[in-house]
Amino acid sequence: MCDQTFLVNVFGSCDKCFKQRALRPVFKKSQQLSYCSMCAEIMATDGLHENQTLASLKSEAECLKGKLEEERAKLHDVELHQVAERVEALGQFVMKTRRTLKGHGNKVLCMDWCKDKRRIVSSSQDGKVIVWDSFTTNKEHAVTMPCTWVMACAYAPSGCAIACGGLDNKCSVYPLTFDKNENMAAKKKSVAMHTNYLSACSFTNSDMQILTASGDGTCALWDVESGQLLQSFHGHGADVLCLDLAPSETGNTFVSGGCDKKAMVWDMRSGQCVQAFETHESDINSVRYYPSGDAFASGSDDATCRLYDLRADREVSIYSKESIIFGASSVDFSLSGRLLFAGYNDYTINVWDVLKGSRVSILFGHENRVSTLRVSPDGTAFCSGSWDHTLRVWA
Amino acid sequence: MSSGASVNPLQRLVEQLRLEAGVERIKVSQAAAELQQYCLQNACKDALLVGVPAGSNSFREPRFCALF
Repeated sequence: MCDQTFLVNVFGSCDKCFKQRALRPVFKKSQQLSYCSMCAEIMATDGLHENQTLASLKSEAECLKGKLEEERAKLHDVELHQVAERVEALGQFVMKTRRTLKGHGNKVLCMDWCKDKRRIVSSSQDGKVIVWDSFTTNKEHAVTMPCTWVMACAYAPSGCAIACGGLDNKCSVYPLTFDKNENMAAKKKSVAMHTNYLSACSFTNSDMQILTASGDGTCALWDVESGQLLQSFHGHGADVLCLDLAPSETGNTFVSGGCDKKAMVWDMRSGQCVQAFETHESDINSVRYYPSGDAFASGSDDATCRLYDLRADREVSIYSKESIIFGASSVDFSLSGRLLFAGYNDYTINVWDVLKGSRVSILFGHENRVSTLRVSPDGTAFCSGSWDHTLRVWA
Repeated sequence: MSSGASVNPLQRLVEQLRLEAGVERIKVSQAAAELQQYCLQNACKDALLVGVPAGSNSFREPRFCALF
């Protein structure tokens, strides 16, 4: 079969000047028109300021990118691990699984701690969302979502509600009730609507607002009561996989990471991206702020975790080993920020010394990928969730 | 091929890059020193780092099995 493509020249009357010319298809506000080459060129330069041409904009963009790199490099006078040479090395760590939460029927995809430092909400591929008491390992609530792959779940600051979502493209809020006669699913409230899967969600300082990240490439801030979209954040070139809010003292920003290998820091009020970092070599699966709010860590499919300092505006440390070849799915800091816990697709959890850049411990236990990991609010333990259907609390 | 559609995204990219280029930065040595200081100041409160006496960490409490 002959499968050559042919260039077809259509002759006809131009939609703009009506002269009989060779026509090209042109899109104006998603409507297809046919313009002659003269009118097409005039349209292309519409909207440019007097001294600009397409070429000059492109070269300015390249020039600015170069300048950005230069400015960042100027301040790169030392590495973090060099500054930390004088710090005492950490001793041996004894961290064991203290509780195993069993009950999910399929891969655990996400979990979050309640502010009471004891309750945990987790969601899984089979659509179930469970609230556990991690001290006793009892299940306190369970709800079945109408979709599978519930990739995101979050506990409300008050402890009175949970939010979750996934392949249904929505984020729904369920108030938690202890009344045995009430059906949790009946009180469900749909808050966020995206045009692709929900990958992450988080309440802001109150139960009233939720921040979401989606496979549609955007993040959004919603009002829980009315379901209204308060702000949307555009800039990622592909699916956004994770987000984390800055610790409350440092103001209204959050960081997001995506399949475009970029980590972006946003101003929640204006919707503007204030800083962007592109040093990872693959999808960024997880981002987490350093406890002081001045830096954040990221975990990626390129098998590394990296630390970015916001005031130096650059990557300051990379946590990797030649023997680690599987992606990091989830990262979190210990209370002081000295330890970075990272869950990997090779079933292990690596514990890194944030300052020195070295690995201090490797934790075994899960029988499949570690998909989610969070340190408890008071820093006394951390919980990991895995594709092996269980969650483990380590201390 | 329509070249008119690429004007706005390019303008937005240039605006965004101008914004990012204008960010105020500090030296890595200073940023690193402050990260280190935060770690050391809060190290004593970090249970996973220094460990706490067995009694006060609820997860490390011995759990008793009662057989009746």
